[in-house]
Amino acid sequence: MSKPKETINRGRRAFMGVAAGVTGVAVAPGVLLHTVVGAAPRSEPVTSAVRWGLLIDTARCADGCTACVTACNEENGLDLQVKPAGLSDEKWAQQRAVWIRKAKLQDNQTGRVTNLPLMCQHCERPPCVDVCPTGASFKRADGIVMVDRHTCIGCRYCMMACPYKARSFIHEKVDTQLTRAPRGKGCVESCNLCVHRRDQGEASTACVDACAREGSNAIVFGDLKDPNSQISQKLVSIASRQIREDLALNTGVRYANI
Amino acid sequence: MKRIVYREWQLAPQRYWALLAILAAVAGLGGLAFAYLEHEGHWVTGMTNHVVWGAPHIFAVLLIIAASGALNVASIASVFGKTFYKPLARLSGLLAVALLAGGLMVLVLDLGRPDRLVVAMTYYNFRSIFAWNIFLYTGFMVIVIAYLWTMAERKGNEYTKPVGFVAFVWRLLLTTGTGSIFGFLVARQAYDTAVLAPLFIAMSFAYGLAIFLLVVMFAYVQDQRPLGNVLLYRLRNLLAVFIGAVLLLLLAYFLTKLYGARNYDLVSFYLLSGGTYTVAFWLGWILIGSLAPLGIFAHPILGKDRTWLAVAAGMVVVGGFSAMYVLIIGGQAFPMPLFPGQTVIESGFLDGQVAPYAPSIPEILLGLGGVAVALLITAVGIRVLQFLPESLDDRSVDPHLAAAEAT
Repeated sequence: MSKPKETINRGRRAFMGVAAGVTGVAVAPGVLLHTVVGAAPRSEPVTSAVRWGLLIDTARCADGCTACVTACNEENGLDLQVKPAGLSDEKWAQQRAVWIRKAKLQDNQTGRVTNLPLMCQHCERPPCVDVCPTGASFKRADGIVMVDRHTCIGCRYCMMACPYKARSFIHEKVDTQLTRAPRGKGCVESCNLCVHRRDQGEASTACVDACAREGSNAIVFGDLKDPNSQISQKLVSIASRQIREDLALNTGVRYANI
Repeated sequence: MKRIVYREWQLAPQRYWALLAILAAVAGLGGLAFAYLEHEGHWVTGMTNHVVWGAPHIFAVLLIIAASGALNVASIASVFGKTFYKPLARLSGLLAVALLAGGLMVLVLDLGRPDRLVVAMTYYNFRSIFAWNIFLYTGFMVIVIAYLWTMAERKGNEYTKPVGFVAFVWRLLLTTGTGSIFGFLVARQAYDTAVLAPLFIAMSFAYGLAIFLLVVMFAYVQDQRPLGNVLLYRLRNLLAVFIGAVLLLLLAYFLTKLYGARNYDLVSFYLLSGGTYTVAFWLGWILIGSLAPLGIFAHPILGKDRTWLAVAAGMVVVGGFSAMYVLIIGGQAFPMPLFPGQTVIESGFLDGQVAPYAPSIPEILLGLGGVAVALLITAVGIRVLQFLPESLDDRSVDPHLAAAEAT
């Protein structure tokens, strides 16, 4: 039995050639750009050579201003949350996710009034990370405390443990969300210092930018480990405190003038 | 002492199936509640970002601690060698497993992502007391089932004592672990104290025994089996001691909190100004759940009346629910001390205010479903296997009485 003679399929060859060419044209810019921006943080593992943090000067924080809150909501898609039908506004206010809030305090003795924003304090020894049964609540090498939404089982023990009430549980169905801030019903989340910006090598957070736009400049973002960073310089020159200092959590967020 | 003869529960079929149908219906409602909750998300519950653990945790934690408490009778029999309690050791083990299963079910079905249970089984953070508890709970199940086997199987009888000892130590660890879920929380003023571990152990003794007493009385009355006063009065006295232990540790808790000025607000919240929490504390936990049962037990007439004993045991269980409500919900509702010496005059997140919480019907149904599952397991268990002694009359349980009569 003789084998049928194999013929060269010229049409196939031509197609392969065109396909290779098109693929090359499509991929090359990406590869080239990737090479050009080779030093971008996104392509490198997160390092403990830096520790990101915030310094909040409460003396500059304006009464009634919520620019940081609005900016955070837009940046992280929190404004896309939709109140379920039939839920009261009051209850929704307690159930919707809040990453940053404003608080106004008055000293019981002196009557002095202080305004400040409060968010995840990015503790060096975070209680939320200690208690998480699956390790979904974790601290990055650069000090950012966040939740791995793939392993969070929604037990909410981290919310019980957080001394700042900084975490939110997603109570409702999520239809719309941003790629940079994924969100899922039944998981916990909190301020992650605009982690997507860190991974793009950007130098600030949404709240910091908003506060600067308002002219208050009450929040400074930066690397606590770099003695030359603006935040480190400021921390050296003015007195600052941690909220709930007695818990010795060594927070990454510091406050001046409280 | 007479040889103990165990017999399946001989309840008339129509009564038995009616009982199962009721329990299955409640469990089914719990299942529906879970499906609703899972589909819609937790917004349909009373839980918020301020009170993150709600009614399901009240049921789950009570069932879990009652599970280890229900094992007491078996422990007293095989670890401390009191033959008096031996006839009921099997039921004690069964009830322990059943209550734990019901409690864990509620706990798991209240997760934000119950579909990720396998993640909880495969990813562990061993700094988390929650992760330890996963092992404590599953280990408890395995050990108690092994313990039941050593009691039921003649070949296993020689291992009853060592396995019973392991089960006893394990149950103490389990309740220590459950209490420490709260005790380890430095963030919240109501928690953050080691006394919660022994308090939970004492509560488990009391609530587990109260449920055990109710189950025994119900099973024996329905089946018209003899149930002697000697055993009932012993269990009654034991329950009184356990209630006393809870009150003592509760006193220690409040005195510890009260001694530091920083906790004055918290103690005042619980004892005076906490609204429903104060009412639940004084009326539910202290009056109905502790003092009234103690009064009934000590009363010369009521303390010997079976109906009153059952009522008192039921009141102790009501006290248990109140205790969980006060500790779990009240502890979260009380504001966190973020700014000592300052008053929060405005906040976008209820800072400085008592957080509101009202349980919704689905979450209560889910909790009741767990109770129904626990009772369903018990009812089926005693029906198909030999858990209940044929007689618990005084002569069957009291070796001294039997010996005195023999001479």
